[in-house]
Amino acid sequence: MSKKPTSSIALIAFWLYVALPLIWGVSATIKKALALFI
Amino acid sequence: MSAFFSKSHITADSGYSRWMVPPSALAVHLCIGQAYAFSVFNDPLTRIIGISESAPEDWKLTTLGWIFSLAIVFLGLSAAFGGKWLEKVGPRLTMFVAACCFGSGFWLSALGVSLHQIWLVYLGYGVLGGIGLGLGYVSPVSTLIKWFPDRRGMATGMAIMGFGGGAMIGAPLAVGLMDYFKSATSVGVVETFMVMGTVYFISMLIGALTIRIPPANWQPAGWVAPAVSNKMITKAHVHIDQALKTPQFYLLWLVLCLNVTAGIGVLGQASVMIQEMFKGSVTPAAAAGFVGLLSLFNMGGRFLWSSFSDYLGRKNTYYIFFAVGAMLYSLVPSMGMAGNKTLFVLLYALIMSMYGGGFSTIPAYLADIFGTRYVGGIHGRLLTAWATAGVLGPVLVNYLREYQLAQGVAKADAYNVTMYIMAVILLLGLVCNWLIKPVHEKHHLKHDDFDELDGIYPKGAKA
Repeated sequence: MSKKPTSSIALIAFWLYVALPLIWGVSATIKKALALFI
Repeated sequence: MSAFFSKSHITADSGYSRWMVPPSALAVHLCIGQAYAFSVFNDPLTRIIGISESAPEDWKLTTLGWIFSLAIVFLGLSAAFGGKWLEKVGPRLTMFVAACCFGSGFWLSALGVSLHQIWLVYLGYGVLGGIGLGLGYVSPVSTLIKWFPDRRGMATGMAIMGFGGGAMIGAPLAVGLMDYFKSATSVGVVETFMVMGTVYFISMLIGALTIRIPPANWQPAGWVAPAVSNKMITKAHVHIDQALKTPQFYLLWLVLCLNVTAGIGVLGQASVMIQEMFKGSVTPAAAAGFVGLLSLFNMGGRFLWSSFSDYLGRKNTYYIFFAVGAMLYSLVPSMGMAGNKTLFVLLYALIMSMYGGGFSTIPAYLADIFGTRYVGGIHGRLLTAWATAGVLGPVLVNYLREYQLAQGVAKADAYNVTMYIMAVILLLGLVCNWLIKPVHEKHHLKHDDFDELDGIYPKGAKA
């Protein structure tokens, strides 16, 4: 296993990999939830 | 091959950022959280033969209900039995097996739908998928706790928040895919199952390949364990089997079970409840929006409450869940009677945030009480409380409602007594939480026990 520090790009890319689907799902839920207040 | 999955192979070297570990955990939890959105398949699955509407030979909803129930039962069983195995083999192999089970569960279910054989769907999503759920749920928890000794609650909160968020991805994804694949001769479920099984398998595999465990006695740079020791946070370790011999395990089991029973009971009836309490002003679409809003608070609560618990202490956090929760449950009926929809929604949302918080704070509570070494396995066994509550909560709520309606209580008022009973359940949880004290040192492991149980013998010792 490499002793090099984890690169910032790898860190950001990995976080985006999990965050983007979650943001998509949350925004879809928020759109649905708006029906309660309209 | 076995070396590839071994703990030594995935032990991180210096320079590895611990912030790479939460996304690995999320890559698994965001997938398995799909289970909460399985109901989106119910309607299409009742039209496999009839396509536009149910044919007499089509599956009934009661038949389909067993798919999710089986998955939850096997989640509890695999978490309980697989937790000990996880501690032995490490998170990579456990995540890999979880990925294989969850992915192949979808594929086998696709075959079952294609052949219209319900037992294949039960075996696929129910049994295989359920095992994938259980193993996937517990696999990253102890790893995260070991990487974040300074923020145990926040670390487990991130992963378990993913389980809450998984349904938010799974539901629109399934609906979109079924829309894409449906035709004059198919409702699109087979193709959707195949695609989702593949996507989830790959994503969970990425989690398994990227997970790393910290070296022995690793600590974050610049962090030192607090000098003033907290009696409720042990520095010792209790073995999985030994934990079952302590009263603390059963009290924590009750704490989780009672918190989940109350939450799951009212979550299941949220849509009907708001429509009946605010008759005429809440449409079915708005009620669906209300359930969506609760899912958001459930997910957010998983991260926020467990993060707060790092500062408040685990016991105090559960005091809040039980004391404030009981008060909020008692207030819901009066908000309904007063016709105050906004406050009703707000109270319900807060309740759901604490329901989610109960799930995510429990691993850190276990680590505080039993030590970090076997927390994954102990957590797995404690999850039987979830499976129990999953049955108890809805049954209790439905029974209470039926009983009141039979007594002539108006539909809109039938929920009031239920909410008061749920408040009492939370007060019982408060008492259980109050009774939790540090584990007696006779249950603590000696150093040699660690190595032997872990399969690693210290230098000079017999192999």
